[in-house]
Amino acid sequence: MSAFLISVALFLQVTASLGTHVLLGTLGGILTERVGNTCLGIEGMMLLGASTGFLVAYNTGNALLAVLAAGAAGAAGALIYAIITVSLRGNQVVTGLALTTFGSGAAGLIGMSISGKSLPESINNVLGIHTIPVLSDIPVIGKMLFEQSPFVLGAIFCAIIIYIYLTKTNTGLNARVVGESPAAADASGINVTLHKYIHTILGGFLCGVGGGYYSMVYVGRWQIDLTAGAGWISVALIIFAMWNPLRAILGAYLFGAVRGLTFKLQGGLVLFGHTITFSAQLLDMAPYIVTVLVLLFITMRNKREYQAPAALGSPYFRENR
Amino acid sequence: MFRIIKKPELSPGRAVLSQILAILVSLCAAAIIVLILGYNPIEFYANLVKGALGSAYRVRATFNKAIPLVILSLGTLIAFKMKFWNIGAEGQMCMGAFGAAYFALNFSHLPAYVLLPLMALAGLVCGGIWALIPALLKVKFGTSETLVTLMLNYVALRWITYLQYGPWREVGGMPKIATFEANAVLPSVFGIHIGWIIALVLTVFVYILMTRTKFGYEISVLGESQATARYAGINVNKTIVIAILLSGALCGLAGMVQSSAVEKTLTEQFTGGLGFTAVITTYLARLSAPAIIVTSFLFAILLAGGSFLETSMRIPISMIYAMQAVIIFFVLGSEFFLNYKIVPRAGKGGAK
Repeated sequence: MSAFLISVALFLQVTASLGTHVLLGTLGGILTERVGNTCLGIEGMMLLGASTGFLVAYNTGNALLAVLAAGAAGAAGALIYAIITVSLRGNQVVTGLALTTFGSGAAGLIGMSISGKSLPESINNVLGIHTIPVLSDIPVIGKMLFEQSPFVLGAIFCAIIIYIYLTKTNTGLNARVVGESPAAADASGINVTLHKYIHTILGGFLCGVGGGYYSMVYVGRWQIDLTAGAGWISVALIIFAMWNPLRAILGAYLFGAVRGLTFKLQGGLVLFGHTITFSAQLLDMAPYIVTVLVLLFITMRNKREYQAPAALGSPYFRENR
Repeated sequence: MFRIIKKPELSPGRAVLSQILAILVSLCAAAIIVLILGYNPIEFYANLVKGALGSAYRVRATFNKAIPLVILSLGTLIAFKMKFWNIGAEGQMCMGAFGAAYFALNFSHLPAYVLLPLMALAGLVCGGIWALIPALLKVKFGTSETLVTLMLNYVALRWITYLQYGPWREVGGMPKIATFEANAVLPSVFGIHIGWIIALVLTVFVYILMTRTKFGYEISVLGESQATARYAGINVNKTIVIAILLSGALCGLAGMVQSSAVEKTLTEQFTGGLGFTAVITTYLARLSAPAIIVTSFLFAILLAGGSFLETSMRIPISMIYAMQAVIIFFVLGSEFFLNYKIVPRAGKGGAK
């Protein structure tokens, strides 16, 4: 039995490490969408963060600087998005898609010099796996939470902070009003434009950090289009999470578990003495198919409290009121 | 202080002019990026044009990208006109090529005049079915079509990879699918594969469909407002499903054309990301079928010239993707100045 518990603990450890960049992307998306901006640029901002973070890490060896640079790159992408959609009232869907194309291209240019390189030891020492004594010996969840890269606990911490911010603080509630009814927010003296900008840029920062985790910690390498659709999974998880940061943890770890399972199945599954093998390419489809099924499940239940911020996707024109 | 007011109306001529202006400004912005990267922007653009149009061989390469791009954009147009954000052209193209390749590989004993139409039909059907999934989910449950079409892109791309490394892998040697027999390859007319005629015919077809038929009108009304469409007695769900079926079928046909005429086989990279580029070309064309030919050619030049830049100036193709996005950023931004003007606030007694 204890052997079983240990393998569960190891599986959960993999799950959390595979879900963390998706969690950060989802949290960034939630912040952006809570103020009414449809967030389809996560993939692009993640890629910007992944290459910029890696570039800074490679050249400076300073982990903190690298994480901040990854976030700043994501935030810069979000700023472009905010200028076009908030100030210039551009179409949010097309702008978001273009941001993803931009991120993919620009990240490729940023990463030209670091493609295939490995990071200096000083980065791995800080961002790599740390074992917290005692706590990591807790059965089942010990390894998942306390024998990990600092990013893993950091992302969970972010989710809790954002949850408290959005539900318990005045500024957070104001931000939600902006997403539900910008006209009402404007009438009650909330600066709609400022709220949209700040939350979109903060959201971009988190997406960038998520990308940085993926390139610097999880993969440990940079290559073009490294994140391979993780940003889009995050977009889907926003809906799964129903714009709730705590449910985002669940969603991201569910994704991590599916991904971990596919890695495990690639080695073949022993069932009643027969070894069943699976094609790696077909298993690679699983996260995307599961995402579609989850989306379907969520929309079929379609309850009132699960709905998106009411003003999501529509730009706010004070003059059109 | 300033305030923003909406301009009364917009002449089509001004719209086109501002769009061209936006594209020119974005090319200047791209030149600055090139300069920052340490290259000479003039040399960059010269090489770009040379790489796309410098010789008969290169012009053909440009056409090889422009032709599928036109067909994919036409498919995307039908969906976008309804504000159904079909981002799935890439996946629909893959599945269309998969259907066509199935016949190309298994029925190569048939004469070309039977086999090619069969492959085209398979492309249309498979692309259409792949698009039908998000359409039905949207209509039945309101599932986000953007996400479903995107996820299905990844599924379709991996499906092709699976075929290439698994069941369709050619015996011996590299993991690749067998090259099509000559009778499964589309013929050429005036040195360019016949896809250009297909693309032109489809452009006329989509133009007439969207502007001269009841169905096209219903699609437009639906895009403006579902409520209006319902009030006007349009069967909303049926219109969405049929239109998306058509949208996916066109993208599937693009896959058939590309795999048969250009690749002459099926590979995991045969799309070259054209399905994603089609989203941009369609939007830039302001959802007009004839304008799609212009934007598709512009982007085909960027892509074909871009791959030349990789060898001639060692600038990665990423530069071209960044450029595509910069162009669309500027066009999106320019629309604001087209629709609104900024005027000083009339300061009556210092009102806020």
